[in-house]
Amino acid sequence: MVDGNPFAKALELILGLDQVLVGIVTLSLQVSLTAVLTAALLGLPIGAAVALYRFPGRALVVTVLNALMGLPPVVAGLAVYLLLSRAGPLGSWGLLFTPTAMVIAQTMLVFPIIAALSRQVVEDLWEEYREQLQSLGASRLRAIPTLLWDARFSLLTGVLAGFGRASAEVGAVLIVGGNIDGVTRVMTTAIALETSKGNLPLALGLGIVLLFLVAMVNATAFLIGEGAKRRLG
Amino acid sequence: MNDKPLPETLLPLEVDGVSFRHRGQTLLDDVSLRLGHSGKTVIMGPNGAGKSLLMRLCHGLLSPSAGSIRWADGKAASDPDVRGRQAMVFQRPVLLRRSALSNIRYPLALRGMRRQQRTQRALDALRHFGLAELADRPARVLSGGEQQRLALARAWALQPRILFLDEPTSALDPAATKAVEDAVRAFHAKGTRIVMNTHDLGQARRLADDVLFLCRGRVLEHTPAGRFFDTPSTPEAAAFIRGELVW
Repeated sequence: MVDGNPFAKALELILGLDQVLVGIVTLSLQVSLTAVLTAALLGLPIGAAVALYRFPGRALVVTVLNALMGLPPVVAGLAVYLLLSRAGPLGSWGLLFTPTAMVIAQTMLVFPIIAALSRQVVEDLWEEYREQLQSLGASRLRAIPTLLWDARFSLLTGVLAGFGRASAEVGAVLIVGGNIDGVTRVMTTAIALETSKGNLPLALGLGIVLLFLVAMVNATAFLIGEGAKRRLG
Repeated sequence: MNDKPLPETLLPLEVDGVSFRHRGQTLLDDVSLRLGHSGKTVIMGPNGAGKSLLMRLCHGLLSPSAGSIRWADGKAASDPDVRGRQAMVFQRPVLLRRSALSNIRYPLALRGMRRQQRTQRALDALRHFGLAELADRPARVLSGGEQQRLALARAWALQPRILFLDEPTSALDPAATKAVEDAVRAFHAKGTRIVMNTHDLGQARRLADDVLFLCRGRVLEHTPAGRFFDTPSTPEAAAFIRGELVW
């Protein structure tokens, strides 16, 4: 099927901006970035609210959030599959095997990471800020955006960790997306498929791009954290 | 700045039979006192006497386990009108991770002041405390003395009727301490009621109009400063002034 050195071929695909490869990478980024953005918009304020308010069942909520950080992607995929399948409660929406379904599944995976981190970071910060903010006249509700903003650098690290998880998982997008060529095929599902087919250059090419992206995300998180510490104290 | 005097609707503060218990321990026991319209009250006493606690109760950060804290016209500590006209400077100021200027604008925004007016008021306060050149610097990288001055400027911008200071100089060097003491006098000159905790006997002598002496959660004396330092009426206060250990 393929002759020559698969590495050389893979680099050729990347440097030549191979159409198939670029399409898969683009879809991957679209799905994962949308999922992370959604999870952040929900998770940051919800985590902060759990940190600041006392309500019955709060300990359970915190435990569940922490436990869900380790939610296996295939289980998240299965849950979304059951929701969206023809017979499921949201079956009429016709979302199964679309990128939207993949966004929903990855949001489920990333939300607990961001919400749990937000809860932890904001709770620690509230400990330090509580009296001063109360003295200045801030209600708990008003304190939430203030605390999120002051914790922005720690939280960004968590959001980027969430992106790492979303872009690297294969189980959830495979189940709810179906790995349909040109429609729902993303980097991880394509790597799994192409490897099993023996198409090593494309699998390797995608693998290299994926590694590069994950490394970039981690480097960005590190640099932002360090830079902020130095500049803002 | 708007220097128009506000109608007197906050003071006097009446603390009546206030106790505070935490985890089965009585930290303040049946404290009663009255803070009049003007002057500088200094709260003194050994560690663990309940000085900071009493201040937090008066400021409304904590609620008493028993007794009542009433402002003028019987207004409760939780009354928004009451809360909005006080300010507190803490031992270690908490500044937000934004510029010095924005740190002052923040509580003004909480009070619903318009943006343009906020900036003007904040700049005036910075200038008054010699911090104008630092307006755009991140507040968290300022020195300890500058941070405390910024906290004072923030309180200044709020134009409080009463200012609480909880050991504001205990972490500062002599120059920064003098700046804080000057600021306290400036607040006082503007008609702000001052309530301050300190461990520093010299500072208390320099600033106090009257002294509230606390020991083991009880008020032992509340007298004019001159009388407190010259002829304390309790052996605990006498020992404290001589610099002996009191418990």
